[in-house]
Amino acid sequence: MYEFEFEQPSSVADAVAALKAEDALALGGGQTLLATMKQRLAAPSKLVSLSGIGEMKGVSNDGGAVSIGGATTHAAVAAGAGAYPALADMAGHIGDPAVRNRGTIGGSLANNDPSADYPAAALASGATIVTNAREIAADDFFQGMFTTALDEGEIITGVRFPVPEAANYQKFLQPASRFALVGVFVAKTGDGVRVAVTGASEEGVFRWSEAEAALNGTFSAGALEGLSVDADSMIGDMHGSKAYRAHLVGVLTKRAVAAAG
Amino acid sequence: MTQVSMTVNGQAANGDVEGRTLLSSFLRDQLGLTGTHIGCDTSQCGACVVHVNGEAVKSCTMLAVEADGAEVATIEGQAAEDGTLNAIQQAFQDNHGLQCGFCTPGMVMSATALLKDNPKPSEADIRAYLSGNICRCTGYHNIVKSILAASGQDVAGIAAE
Ligand SMILES: Cc1cc2nc3c(=O)[nH]c(=O)nc-3n(C[C@H](O)[C@H](O)[C@H](O)COP(=O)(O)OP(=O)(O)OC[C@H]3O[C@@H](n4cnc5c(N)ncnc54)[C@H](O)[C@@H]3O)c2cc1C
Ligand code: FES
Ligand code: FES
Repeated sequence: MYEFEFEQPSSVADAVAALKAEDALALGGGQTLLATMKQRLAAPSKLVSLSGIGEMKGVSNDGGAVSIGGATTHAAVAAGAGAYPALADMAGHIGDPAVRNRGTIGGSLANNDPSADYPAAALASGATIVTNAREIAADDFFQGMFTTALDEGEIITGVRFPVPEAANYQKFLQPASRFALVGVFVAKTGDGVRVAVTGASEEGVFRWSEAEAALNGTFSAGALEGLSVDADSMIGDMHGSKAYRAHLVGVLTKRAVAAAG
Repeated sequence: MTQVSMTVNGQAANGDVEGRTLLSSFLRDQLGLTGTHIGCDTSQCGACVVHVNGEAVKSCTMLAVEADGAEVATIEGQAAEDGTLNAIQQAFQDNHGLQCGFCTPGMVMSATALLKDNPKPSEADIRAYLSGNICRCTGYHNIVKSILAASGQDVAGIAAE
């Protein structure tokens, strides 16, 4: 790892100011960024730790929505987001306990790893990503693997999840990495059903609109019979072929619908 | 260089570190606490697990400056001053929960964190909790048995493997 300057501001305003330095990067839990820096794939001049910003931590429950500070750890979401059980359960199955004690929701969403869990939860829930500058709908936030709508130096200060009528996340574990080989988050909301798929597409997290249309007709696993995603656009690697991932998308969506009830 | 001060195993520890100094390097190279092992250095194996403010973390994936002001606990602080093992360590010894011992500091620190939150875990709870701790020797069976025993559960019926 190359040497860098370290700053730990205690307010969002100070963090935004500190991130104006050339090649400065935000540090959440460091569970992705520190490994990237060790490999010298990132070499920031300065790290601005968000972990000292009290206003960016915690889970609150206000009128049908769960709001989570951008620097809240996965463990704190697992323990505190009981008002949205499928979300708390998802957070409680990220990586392992030590990773969950450090990794944050803001870091996960900003990173937008194509196999990460939070992007599926945010997209299926129709969450709103709140930054120091604006509010971004999940539908506009994810822009392909490792790419988001965030501008340079923009900080995710919080995320607002409307609590759906029913929801479930099915993660098919890739046991070596602890990430999802494929994960499907299904949420049934007042405005319709949303199905978000992670781990599968070369474009990163996506909504499976054919499944959503079928489930808007009848919310049952049977309604998905005969539907499949196009295997050509799936990720194919040593852990699973394109066809296998496409198959898993169908199976996991059915399981999620059955479990959501 | 930045001056950091933290409490390590109940004692004040100070030192000058670079921004990039990992907590694991600070513990091992500056404080000489080499019980915290480095297996992978990429947050996969859990050999480096210590507690920071009571929570299990992988010290290879946390900066020393981030632990400034924190209470840190490592494997060196687990036994009594005279060397008497604590209940978890003793259970590992009694149940053959280690072979080469490389993963053991991380296993014991993870087990300690688990039992603090869940004093009577099931076998499934233990296996799930240890998902980030890799052991190349034991096949995990006797580690799980050790933790069941440390939590006061009867392991007499579980065969050694
Ligand atoms: C062993 C292991 C297993 C894992 N398993 C899983 C898994 O099963 N599922 C899963 O989803 N993830 C998994 N992860 C990734 C983990 O969830 C990370 O915590 C997460 O991807 C990054 O969060 P972080 O807070 O650690 O961010 P960091 O590593 O600190 O930062 C990541 C990126 O986000 C930026 N950033 C950080 N915070 C913010 C913010 N608030 N606003 C804007 N930008 C920000 C940083 O500048 C950096 O570019 C795993 C990681 C490890 C090491
Ligand atoms: S050395 Fe830290 S997890 Fe392997
Ligand atoms: S006892 Fe050798 S790695 Fe676990």
